[in-house]
Amino acid sequence: MRTEIRFSGLGGQGIILSGIIAGKAASLFDHKHATMTQSFGPEARGSACSAQLIVSDEPVFYPYITKTHVLVSMSQDACDKFLPDLIAGGTLLVDEDLVNLRSRSGSFKMFEVPATRYAEELGNRILGNLVMLGYFSAITRTVSPESFKKAIPGSVPQRYLDLNIHAFDRGFEHGISQGKQKKNKKSAKVIEER
Amino acid sequence: MKADPKGVLTGAHFLDGDHACAEGALAAGCRFFAGYPITPSTEVAERIALRFPLVGGIFIQMEDELASMAAVLGGAWGGKKSMTVTSGPGFSLMMENIGLAAMTETPCVIVNVQRGGPSTGLPTLPGQQDMMQARWGSHGDYEIIAVVPNSPQECFDVTIEAFNLSEEYRVPVMVMMDECVGHMTEKVVIPPAEEIEVFNRRLYDGPKQDYLPYAVDSDNGRVPLMANAGAGYRFHVTGLTHDERGYPAMNAEVQQECVTRLVDKVKLNTHAIARYEEEEVEEADIVLVAYGISSRVAMRALEMARADGIKIGLFRMITAWPFPEERIRQIAQHVNSFVMVELNLGQMVTELERCVAGAAKVHLAPHAGGWVHHPEDILQIISEATT
Repeated sequence: MRTEIRFSGLGGQGIILSGIIAGKAASLFDHKHATMTQSFGPEARGSACSAQLIVSDEPVFYPYITKTHVLVSMSQDACDKFLPDLIAGGTLLVDEDLVNLRSRSGSFKMFEVPATRYAEELGNRILGNLVMLGYFSAITRTVSPESFKKAIPGSVPQRYLDLNIHAFDRGFEHGISQGKQKKNKKSAKVIEER
Repeated sequence: MKADPKGVLTGAHFLDGDHACAEGALAAGCRFFAGYPITPSTEVAERIALRFPLVGGIFIQMEDELASMAAVLGGAWGGKKSMTVTSGPGFSLMMENIGLAAMTETPCVIVNVQRGGPSTGLPTLPGQQDMMQARWGSHGDYEIIAVVPNSPQECFDVTIEAFNLSEEYRVPVMVMMDECVGHMTEKVVIPPAEEIEVFNRRLYDGPKQDYLPYAVDSDNGRVPLMANAGAGYRFHVTGLTHDERGYPAMNAEVQQECVTRLVDKVKLNTHAIARYEEEEVEEADIVLVAYGISSRVAMRALEMARADGIKIGLFRMITAWPFPEERIRQIAQHVNSFVMVELNLGQMVTELERCVAGAAKVHLAPHAGGWVHHPEDILQIISEATT
């Protein structure tokens, strides 16, 4: 199975690092095939940027997204830009404080987490990407949380390792508790549009 | 010989092609680097700059690419395995000294992470438009070797091979990457040092008074033994046509001997140098020929064509120069047509046409660069080729 994932947000939010950590977890520790490519250009901080990650049981030849199965968005601009490419029935993960779904087209499952707010509670908003990765792991199960925990060391500064792991756990737990609630009432907003 | 463990970062990593190339250089024993930063190759230099101090290597950021290439030749003659890294515009500036490397038989590796050209073109976007420049960019008759990796793992592997070939044949070897492969991140497995074969240059160790720097005999084939500067041997290195003493000898006889040998030492060893990979070529009616990122896009087109019932194979070049001529001639005997997929408007396809020599039809799936082919566009050309 081939899963095509796009992590998106603003330059400076650690979006590319999200793609690297997820790809590293998938390929080195889940032992799947993973290829990460990134938007490469003058967009340093403050404009829409994205990392594309293909995770597959088979070798990945064509390295780019042709249809987005999972879109992770941490900014309004990025969500507006990449949402049209999400396939019908695809999964959208957003930072609920930063993305407001204005233009709805297509049908997909939307999941929300206050990633940046949680990160601020942990002491630094720069951890928002790790909260989102935890949430991503809980919701999609494309990459296992155990493998993420192995991939994070070495990918973030050593002195902030514990904090990064906390941030990941916070996002993961948010996803799991949403899943439990789901048994009673639906947590994911299923967006159905004509 | 086995690799020096000091430079080998054994383990499984998640690396982009540029960083994997740098690790390949370190594993191969490269300990001298001179270069000038240019997108999309800068990450190779950055990693070398970071890692060299840990292994006793020397990294110099030069004032430009002319000086970089000159310094690389100096590093090689000083006894180090030497390299530089650049992209199209810098590659153009290096051509003069690449010719000097060919003429003086200086082992060195030049990495070109190709972007769209000509001129400054597309700094951050891919191209494969320097393939002919790699072969013919400097003046005069000479041969070089060029390898074309299609994944970060292969960037690591072929960079080691590039150093080995350059030391074995005393020839500039080009690692012709592209922006896509350079900036793509995948798993890269670096084996233990004792599993990595490296070729260290053959040095002369005979009596000092007998040393002839460009003499060849039956033992060393067409490649003369080298003496490192400072080792006590007297030698002369010149771009002028030289005799076996290394001194200028500008006449037709010496030119014939000297230049023929420069060409033959690579050309007559094509069977030992040229590597490629085949995917169901024997059963195919039509064969895609591709290299670098284009080979991965071509694989997608191949799968689509197979789903349409077309008997199709893929010939993937890992070595572009010397061109795997003999194998292409063999394949041409039993297929109807070839389709060359490359990120330019027709470069390696001319070499393919030359070797096929009318025995099969040759089509081109061109692309001006800036992005990769749409697999559908390749499929379209495949269907045209089958009718």
